Amino acid sequence: MSVEFDPAAKLAEYAHPERLVTTDWLAERLGQPGLVVVESDEDVLLYEVGHIPTAVKVDWHTELNDPVVRDYLSGAQFAELLSAKGIAREDTVVIYGDKNNWWAAYALWVFTLFGHEDVRLLDGGRDKWIAEGRPLTTDAPAREPVEYPVVERDDTVIRAFKEDVLAHFGNPLIDVRSPEEYTGERTHMPAYPEEGALRGGHIPTAASVPWARAAAEDGTFRTRAELDAIYRDEVGLRDGDDVIAYCRIGERSSHTWFVLTHLLGFEGVRNYDGSWTEWGSAVRVPIATGPERGEAPTG
Amino acid sequence: MDATTLPPALAETREDFLALGVKDRLTLLLDFSNELPELPERYRDHPDLLERVEECQSPVYIFVEVDPEGLVHMHATAPAEAPTTRGFASILAQGLDGLTPDEVFAIPADYPQSLGLGEAVSPLRVLGMSGMLARAKRQLTERIAA
Repeated sequence: MSVEFDPAAKLAEYAHPERLVTTDWLAERLGQPGLVVVESDEDVLLYEVGHIPTAVKVDWHTELNDPVVRDYLSGAQFAELLSAKGIAREDTVVIYGDKNNWWAAYALWVFTLFGHEDVRLLDGGRDKWIAEGRPLTTDAPAREPVEYPVVERDDTVIRAFKEDVLAHFGNPLIDVRSPEEYTGERTHMPAYPEEGALRGGHIPTAASVPWARAAAEDGTFRTRAELDAIYRDEVGLRDGDDVIAYCRIGERSSHTWFVLTHLLGFEGVRNYDGSWTEWGSAVRVPIATGPERGEAPTG
Repeated sequence: MDATTLPPALAETREDFLALGVKDRLTLLLDFSNELPELPERYRDHPDLLERVEECQSPVYIFVEVDPEGLVHMHATAPAEAPTTRGFASILAQGLDGLTPDEVFAIPADYPQSLGLGEAVSPLRVLGMSGMLARAKRQLTERIAA
């Protein structure tokens, strides 16, 4: 059972308006059967400080990743997680979080790997909800465990691996990290922990489009026209392009993946979650430094 | 690391965390977060004195001082939207308070990793506290030399 879509005019401009909801829409529907609100933050304790009433917490780091192998959960582990959270396969899931929905977009991308059909983002995320003076609670949501079916992850459509990137040269690559990371000046985000890439720079030919350019000052997504100006006019993406986006560990590029896929309607967009922590430490992969995109390797 | 050489407050904090299950460790970290004292007034107007902890994901600033009795105090400030970072700062601010500089220097660099927070919070996030501890020790070296 799917909850009706948000008819807001701003959303209608996007290629897939059904992937976003406004704070107004959500506020009116909290508690509606078939709707589950999920908070996914960078800070693992932020949910505990106060969250949107009825929201359940999904932590990107401790819950969506396999604890041993560098990979996401298996189908069985994902089913176990969602069952325990009280999320059914046919539920409408609305995800929101801190930092312009950066981690919320990452969670949405992981949900999509498992083919959870109706998963949406709250435009503006946690900050907008709070800025509008809407209620928060520390009460635990009253959701009973449900049966979520075991669905194997599909890594072929929206996920790219290192080998896919090597075979991708000649097609558009988007590097969504900070300019300092792109040029190779540093291997991690300004003010973020070093995550251990041995080399700095970017994948040759990748265009630099820091992910946050897609967000407006209030944390909502920029309008369709503004996004078209960035990704079509400036970067030169065209309908039918196969695009791979990457960042440092695949989180920021999930945000860009969401923008390209759901807001602008590109169909062949993949997120390279190995991203710079893998590429920057891999042996004999090509790397470009400096502000220029660099040449695709020959042969 | 030997618990007998660890300053009592830090040893107690570690015992408290390790006595809990994973979920309750998060709750305890939140308690620490809520206990982080406000910056003393004399530092509030001197943001230049405070050092940004680059290893942390959120803007957190620390300042270490040695009082006339030669005892160490660490002050920290971090936004309410960063409760994990506040929790880390609070553990160290409470744990370092009133120690001698030598006792602070003797705190093992992997103390943050010994709190059992890897599973609850993730090892990557715990690195933020390591950065904080390392910077506190470096500031202390500078204060003593000054």
